[in-house]
Amino acid sequence: MIEARDLWVRFGPVAAVRELSLRADSGGWTALIGPNGAGKTSALRALSGLVSYDGEVLLDGRDARKLGRRALARLVAFVPQKPETPPALTVAEYVLLGRTPHISYLGGESRADRDAAGRALRRLDLESFAERHLGSLSGGELQRAVLARALAQEAPVLLLDEPTTALDLGRQQLVLELVDALRRDGLTVVTTMHDLTLAGQYAERLILLDGGSVVAEGTAAEVLSAPNVAAHYGANVRVVEDDGGVFVLPVRR
Amino acid sequence: MATAAGRAEAAPRVEARGVGLRAGLVAGAFLLVALAVGLAVGPVHIPVGSILRSALSYIPFLHVHQPLDAVDRAVLWQLRAPRVALAALVGGMLAIAGASYQGVFRNPLADPYLLGVAGGAGLGATLAIVYATAAVSGSNWTVPLAAFGGAIVAVIATYALGRSAGATSTTGALVLAGVTVATFTAALQTFVQQRHTDVLQNVYAWLLGGFSTSTWSDVAICAPYIAASSLLLILHRRVLDVLSLGDDEAASLGIDVSRARLTIVVAATLGTAAAVAVSGLIAFVGIIVPHTIRLLVSTSYRAVVPLSLVAGAGFLVLADVLARTLLSPAELPIGVVTAFFGAPFFAVVLRTSRGAR
Repeated sequence: MIEARDLWVRFGPVAAVRELSLRADSGGWTALIGPNGAGKTSALRALSGLVSYDGEVLLDGRDARKLGRRALARLVAFVPQKPETPPALTVAEYVLLGRTPHISYLGGESRADRDAAGRALRRLDLESFAERHLGSLSGGELQRAVLARALAQEAPVLLLDEPTTALDLGRQQLVLELVDALRRDGLTVVTTMHDLTLAGQYAERLILLDGGSVVAEGTAAEVLSAPNVAAHYGANVRVVEDDGGVFVLPVRR
Repeated sequence: MATAAGRAEAAPRVEARGVGLRAGLVAGAFLLVALAVGLAVGPVHIPVGSILRSALSYIPFLHVHQPLDAVDRAVLWQLRAPRVALAALVGGMLAIAGASYQGVFRNPLADPYLLGVAGGAGLGATLAIVYATAAVSGSNWTVPLAAFGGAIVAVIATYALGRSAGATSTTGALVLAGVTVATFTAALQTFVQQRHTDVLQNVYAWLLGGFSTSTWSDVAICAPYIAASSLLLILHRRVLDVLSLGDDEAASLGIDVSRARLTIVVAATLGTAAAVAVSGLIAFVGIIVPHTIRLLVSTSYRAVVPLSLVAGAGFLVLADVLARTLLSPAELPIGVVTAFFGAPFFAVVLRTSRGAR
């Protein structure tokens, strides 16, 4: 469980995130949505301790600031929007690097670490890719390798910044289904997302940010209204709701 | 994509390949051959068997007969051996430092001189040759110490400048600070040289680098730094792999990125400064050796860092053999040899390994 209370992220005089409070429980998926520059990524980076912030981030009730860097990394796994994937590393080597928070600073992997990395590979159906170089993978395969690296961290909270960037529609669904399976395994998932329809399909709770502030939050039906999208994205959309969920369709002005 | 059903349930074998047995053996054999050639080849040829027996004869209780006469013994152990040992230490250090710098700055062109080591050492040595040698004539420690001091001061200046320009968040500022310090020290050095053209020859002889005057005391000066520095860098090989994921991801994996980077830079710099102090500036080793290993073995720093140490040592020993034999009895500056033979060799490695992929 990860919780933010009155979170502020400031870059000099500019506040990128203002008064954000959220609570994401085990087995839940929270999506941060909002237009470019709304503060989604900054909020996610604050949750993972990568930028300094005012306010509190709590992990199972414990103050994240008081945890050491390594202890925090054992509780929170973070995948940036464009992860560095050194092309000549093998998938196995890359996934093993996810074990870093469990290994002493100058230490090497133990049997347990190799097993954990093996489980992560299997969970994401990457066993046959273990010896392949990252540079030889397609976009979708690469994103699975990145998820496996995060999964090998064995942290209960998984933070993903735009996990489907640069993937085609089929790959986007595949990756999101994988994330959803991890959520059902009991992970707490917080993602930023651009695609509102997909956000509404997968996340049970949406938080709409604009100018760093929360302007709406709740279920897809509550947040993804045409007036909301028009007001904060400046977009003309039609929102269709049926048994399959909420669909946000762009309509030419 | 295969389905999970029907697949064996054993977890896949997951390992970081690291050095690997074959690459380790090849690199070790390369170093041993280089050392043997370095000791055997010269104006006086000494067979490898005699070298081995001569070495063993110094070990008590083995009762191995000393096969060499006094002159050959002196040539071997007082002239050639310190030279070979120093070339091995310096070559290994420059290569492992180059590999580490490339990792820490995530820049394939980073070499051990990146942060102003070369400029600082050159300025220190120039100042010592111009102003101090006469005053302390007889001491051959003045120039190395001045070069070492100059290198350290220059890197501290680079770090201070980079830090004030935000180098804690990006490595770009640090590299720019290094360029700034290197340019400034080069200007000072040129100015001093122009004012004292009588010592230009000495200054250039030092700058071009070489082992023609190497003694066991040179080995003793630099060995502790190089040993400590190499050990620390080898211990950081996995950390360098984590840093290759970028600062954000390394930090999110629990690494204190600024501290890890500082530790690695300090270790690489101390060792490089010690190497430069006893050998002058030897170009190219810090670039060519790590990249050859990346192309032939693996890009993981677990392989690149330790193999660079071993292969760099062998490479510079062989380069030194060429430097002293090609135009014998004259000596070529070793920097000329490393570049003249290293560049075509690297070009071949680059082309063939590109073709293989």
